Amino acid sequence: MKFLSEYRDPEMVIQYVKEIKAITTKPWTLMEICGGQTHSLVKNGILDMLPKFITMVHGPGCPVCVTSVNVIDEAIYLSEQPNVILCSFGDMLRVPGSKKSLLEAKASGADIRILYSPLEAVELAKSHPEKQVVFFAVGFETTAPANALSVVHAAKQGIKNYSILASHVLVPPAMEAILGDDENKIDAFLAAGHVCTIMGIDEYYPIAEKYKCPIVVTGFEPVDLLQGILMAVQQLEKGVYKVENQYARSVQREGNAMAKDTIHKVFTISDRVWRGIGNIPQSGYEVNEQYKLYNARLKFNINIPFAEENKECISGDIMKGLKKPKQCPNFGTKCKPEHPLGAPMVSSEGACAAYYHYASVDDVLID
Amino acid sequence: MCLAIPGKLLAITTQLDETFRTGKVSFGGIQKEVNLFMVPEAQIGDYLLVHVGVAISVVDEEEARLTFKYLKDMGEVEELESPSI
Ligand code: SF4
Repeated sequence: MKFLSEYRDPEMVIQYVKEIKAITTKPWTLMEICGGQTHSLVKNGILDMLPKFITMVHGPGCPVCVTSVNVIDEAIYLSEQPNVILCSFGDMLRVPGSKKSLLEAKASGADIRILYSPLEAVELAKSHPEKQVVFFAVGFETTAPANALSVVHAAKQGIKNYSILASHVLVPPAMEAILGDDENKIDAFLAAGHVCTIMGIDEYYPIAEKYKCPIVVTGFEPVDLLQGILMAVQQLEKGVYKVENQYARSVQREGNAMAKDTIHKVFTISDRVWRGIGNIPQSGYEVNEQYKLYNARLKFNINIPFAEENKECISGDIMKGLKKPKQCPNFGTKCKPEHPLGAPMVSSEGACAAYYHYASVDDVLID
Repeated sequence: MCLAIPGKLLAITTQLDETFRTGKVSFGGIQKEVNLFMVPEAQIGDYLLVHVGVAISVVDEEEARLTFKYLKDMGEVEELESPSI
């Protein structure tokens, strides 16, 4: 845990913790959506500062955690085709597919490159006209504009040896899937700040209304998270359910118009299988008809059997807020960051890895 | 990879057309080429939130400084140093 003096504003941290304690009269379960928020809550020791009544559960907002086994297998298949360079964000390489990870494919000779940006992949395609360059386009709404822009940019320059394997996921349909689950335990959501920087906040009003669930758009630093939690608990204690914006210094109600335009130009909304959770209707982006030449699924004939999820990993229950990482029988035994059984043990933004690295954290279990 | 990291726009490097303007952005000394399509209002000297090579919004200097320090402490800035191509 960090020392309080290291926080951006230690006095505010103390003040918010006091206020949350003062107003909480009942047990509440709150879910933060974004893996960056999970990491911050755990690493900064915030879970231990909250009153016992407040249980934080950790949502599905980490692309490393929710990209399905089948899509990882597709990426591995593509990387093993002759003349293909598969490019990916570094975090995806250690995620287990049904038989191996991209890292293992790379070790056996597949040409897999770790890039910081999809735009670098377009440059790579330009400088290797004899190769097919495929970008493994994972991510939430925050990453979608950059991936879409790479396609627009390639098309404009007439680059034909570039395509993307789209595995985009969308936050609002996942929230609905979680809230609509019969076993749902979540009383309020902290929505993901950077997703809303792109998309704005309008999509959340009908969800708050339909499920009578407060939604507070929240940043990822300790003070942001505590303020977001306070705002959500204030609503819960008063019995109201509104959409509020804690992160107004980055999030405008309408989002970023240029980014949304680019997304809509290249992508169409599609069903998407979420690792651990299953298919959520209309919860992803796929490359649209107009840009189909840039859709790796159409460009290559991906011929692989459909892969089942590993039944030993309970990541779905964790991301739906039904269980905490330490309730997984494999946590820290069969499943560790060095040999992850499931995806949330891979990335530092995954709940299991966060709990593993900061072991003292939050022993509260959910019944 | 999910977070956006603030940096300072030092120079406009290319302006091909309306969809493609790039600039040099400094993240605490590490310089990267960043796409500026989504922030047409951005000018040299502005602080930008950058996610996977694309600027997604303009932020004020103080906010940028504090956020950058926080991300650095959290070890989130390392992805900028990850091997390129
Ligand atoms: S500890 Fe490992 S096996 Fe268990 S839920 Fe987490 S990632 Fe899956």
